[in-house]
Amino acid sequence: MKKKFIFFINLIFIFFLIGTLNLKAQEPRLFIENIVNEAQVILKATNSKEYKSENLAKLAVKTVDIKGIGMYTLGSYRKQLNDEQKKKYADLFQKYFLKTFVSRLTEYSDPKINVISTEKKNDKYTIVFSLLEATSKKPEVKVDWRVYTKNPEKPLIRDLIIEGLSLARTQKEEFASIIEGNDGDINALFKKLEEFINS
Amino acid sequence: MRKLIWITVLCTLMSSGQVLADTKSNTNTTSECFEGLSRAIFSFNQGLDKVAFKPIAKVYRILPNPIRQGTGNVVSNLSHVMTIPNNILQGDFKAAGVTTARFIINTTVGIFGIFDPASAMGLNYEKEDYGQTLATWGVPSGCYFVMPIIGPTTVRDAVGFAATTIGGDPWYNVTTGNDTKHFKDSDYYYTIGAKGIDFRAKNIESFDNLEKNSMDLYASLKSLYLQNRKNQINNSKTITETQDDSDWDDIDNQ
Repeated sequence: MKKKFIFFINLIFIFFLIGTLNLKAQEPRLFIENIVNEAQVILKATNSKEYKSENLAKLAVKTVDIKGIGMYTLGSYRKQLNDEQKKKYADLFQKYFLKTFVSRLTEYSDPKINVISTEKKNDKYTIVFSLLEATSKKPEVKVDWRVYTKNPEKPLIRDLIIEGLSLARTQKEEFASIIEGNDGDINALFKKLEEFINS
Repeated sequence: MRKLIWITVLCTLMSSGQVLADTKSNTNTTSECFEGLSRAIFSFNQGLDKVAFKPIAKVYRILPNPIRQGTGNVVSNLSHVMTIPNNILQGDFKAAGVTTARFIINTTVGIFGIFDPASAMGLNYEKEDYGQTLATWGVPSGCYFVMPIIGPTTVRDAVGFAATTIGGDPWYNVTTGNDTKHFKDSDYYYTIGAKGIDFRAKNIESFDNLEKNSMDLYASLKSLYLQNRKNQINNSKTITETQDDSDWDDIDNQ
């Protein structure tokens, strides 16, 4: 009886430990630090652009809420899309996003990003503050990560804020300009996205 | 003559009836004064950047880091003399004291601003201008447009910029605005040029990257300019303090 009790207590302790470790692994700060480390490994591993592109894209798919950002960047126009257009847009946006994401990151061969602190805004968002170290050519850059934590088991990046400037918001306003410049025709944006992806 | 041009341009904008039209319903961004013309000026500026500013910035970047750092510091130090009156006009007397202390320390101990011992002493700097002061007084941004060479602006910021050339900038006053024995007109233009080149040199890769990854570079730069101004006006360190979350909430609830 005593043995069973000890075994039972140990089992609870082990489950508790596993649970704690698992939750800790998903904490926004660790989440970002892991991404930064993984990106550094990819960027330093080889000079092959194909390798870097493929692995950075995989990393982005795993850690960024690409679908959510896509919908956000459409602004109020997303309400005008039918299901077929939504599907087409999601596909185009993912290709567009990954192309720009990879292009932006591959310019750094060895980026040194230090996570400084975090700020929990609410249950849904935590901001992770980090610094991209200065080089002889480039000044130090503040990079804030807007992490969506509604599902704490699977946090996702929703925005990157570089020196106080939101990439998601810039993207949203760029898309709006394209649509408005074409009398509100969403197909004009689709065409531009296709041209960009194939360029 | 330049003042007359300024006043004429601003009066034209004021009378266009668009000055207070602050937002567009669909994008929640500042409206355009005359987008077609602004895009043409933007293209002209880009051409100028390619043939002049960027090549100069690349050469400037060859200079040793301490020289570039010192140049940036001197230019930043000179901007304190415009920040001080703006601190006072915004009613921020504590900041006015800090800015004044910074200016005195960096001009003397820091040898005309080449070094920045004030920051090391914990006296941090928030640059302020007349556009920001107008914003804190509740003046709306007005419409957005692009000026030749100077770049993106709004009516409010253009009025603020004009204020610097009609007596608002002590450095302008002692160099270009008045005849003094100590400074020449060219001193002012050298500092403005150095400020521009220093900024361009620090952002060569950022601009290249933005250009490469934008489908509408004009719109991207407009967004970045307006976000940056909003942060400066709010003296906010992060966009998340000023960002509207309603769109995200809308997506989450779908």
